[in-house]
Amino acid sequence: MRVYARILAAGFRTQSRYLPAAFAGLLANATFGLLKSGILLTLVGDGAAIGGYTAGTMAAYVWLSQGLLGSVNIWSLPLSAQRIKSGDIAVDFLRPADVQLASIADDVGRGLFALIPRGLPSVGVGVLLVGMAMPSEALPYVLGAVSLVLGITLSHTLTYLLGTAGFWLVEVRGLQGLYMGVAGLLTGLITPVWLFPDWLRMIAVATPFPAVMMYPIDVLSGRTTGLDALALIGAQAGWLALALAAGAVTTRLGRRKLEVQGG
Amino acid sequence: MGDGAFAETRGQVRAALRPYLAVLASRVRAQRAYRTSFRADLVGAAVVGLTEMAEVVVLFSAANGTLGGLDLAQALLVLGLAELAFSSADMMFGHVDNLAQQVRAGTVDILYLRPQPLLAQLVTSDISLRRLGRSAVAVVVLVGALVVNDVDWGPRTVVLLALSLVCGFAIFCANYVGAGGLQFFLLNAQEVTNAFVYGGRHASTQPATVWLRGITVIFGFVFPMAFCAYLPAMLLLGEPGAPWLPAWLGWFAPVAAAWSWAFGLFAWCSGVRHYQGGGG
Repeated sequence: MRVYARILAAGFRTQSRYLPAAFAGLLANATFGLLKSGILLTLVGDGAAIGGYTAGTMAAYVWLSQGLLGSVNIWSLPLSAQRIKSGDIAVDFLRPADVQLASIADDVGRGLFALIPRGLPSVGVGVLLVGMAMPSEALPYVLGAVSLVLGITLSHTLTYLLGTAGFWLVEVRGLQGLYMGVAGLLTGLITPVWLFPDWLRMIAVATPFPAVMMYPIDVLSGRTTGLDALALIGAQAGWLALALAAGAVTTRLGRRKLEVQGG
Repeated sequence: MGDGAFAETRGQVRAALRPYLAVLASRVRAQRAYRTSFRADLVGAAVVGLTEMAEVVVLFSAANGTLGGLDLAQALLVLGLAELAFSSADMMFGHVDNLAQQVRAGTVDILYLRPQPLLAQLVTSDISLRRLGRSAVAVVVLVGALVVNDVDWGPRTVVLLALSLVCGFAIFCANYVGAGGLQFFLLNAQEVTNAFVYGGRHASTQPATVWLRGITVIFGFVFPMAFCAYLPAMLLLGEPGAPWLPAWLGWFAPVAAAWSWAFGLFAWCSGVRHYQGGGG
């Protein structure tokens, strides 16, 4: 276990070397946050409690989702995906650490670091510019922290799983495009899942995607509290266990299939 | 000009374009070589286009009717125009966005050694045919919106559609060029340009009436995204437009495109001059 903790810490420190990159990401987050605030606050202002949102909780959704975006990072594949494509992963299989867990630990470390220069300032911008509603007691923050870590880990477990498709396909860019589209919608990154029409919401809830982003935002913003919050965290843990198991299987099968390109 | 002189000029133009066309043709052949991979890319691009549509449909359906002064059909017209212009620009110019990696790796040096303009080389170095998947979705949305919106067909409508698509395409391309120029300064901070390249794309699909004031200044005028689709669409539909952006401004889309290119080329030229080499 210690080795994965150290890989996680190393991922965290790697990312801390790229501060200008983090602040550039923050600027992009803030721009998108302002664009989303405009339309979503107009939506809430127009009608009575659409999807149970008020102006304050909608602003909380916008800025928490923008703040989390750099940490859950649904758009990039882990380094292990490149190594699968090039065949370098063969070297990783010889190392005395589990390939899947090491890859995920590295990405989670990077994701956790991104909370500092991108996550917290995004929330800060939201509080200053738009006025978002956040809970005043401690419990939602404690549960929210757990939910956040689960969401970040789940996201990187899913992209790892996606990357292992490279054992069979070699080029996974098309599949990744598909994943970005579906995940972008169903994680609640583009609009809150709770605004979806019923049929789409049912599809979303039947996938692991809302557990990546929507549930952590709900728990952290205090939209979901008490036992309901614990149920969401339980769902996240369940999806994480499933995704880890699936990744372990594809890693084992892929290892037998592995083709090393070149000499 | 006599016939001979004309033929000569044409010959010169063809000779000048030949290297670019050779590269582009090779890129097209390369993408046709791996069919399964290419089909997967097309589907992936189409799904991204579909999620953009899903966002508009979800928001406007949740609003029970109108949002920001538009109904769903009108919003889809704005989306179709913006997406078609953007996906075309992305196909032709999108790879300019990878310049940061090339600058960091030092591979951009090789472009300086060739006797052709840097920007022309870079733009013609690739053509991402997979973006056609997204363009196809945009065409369907646009045609559907034109049918549903009960547009009265005449020369004015045709001119407005052409104006919107051509100027929108030009503005999105100019954003890529400007972003490319800034990469020479930004290096690791390449995401700064995402704010106006992809943030601008997102803005161009929205009704400008919902924009916060700062956004109106930035995406109404500095990066004139409102001119890509929203303003021409408002002219087409006979809607009044937004407070700071009345619909008649839509006729000035060519001015907005020219301004975008002036900014884009200025950033590009500054960047190219600033570059000191990869040290290779």
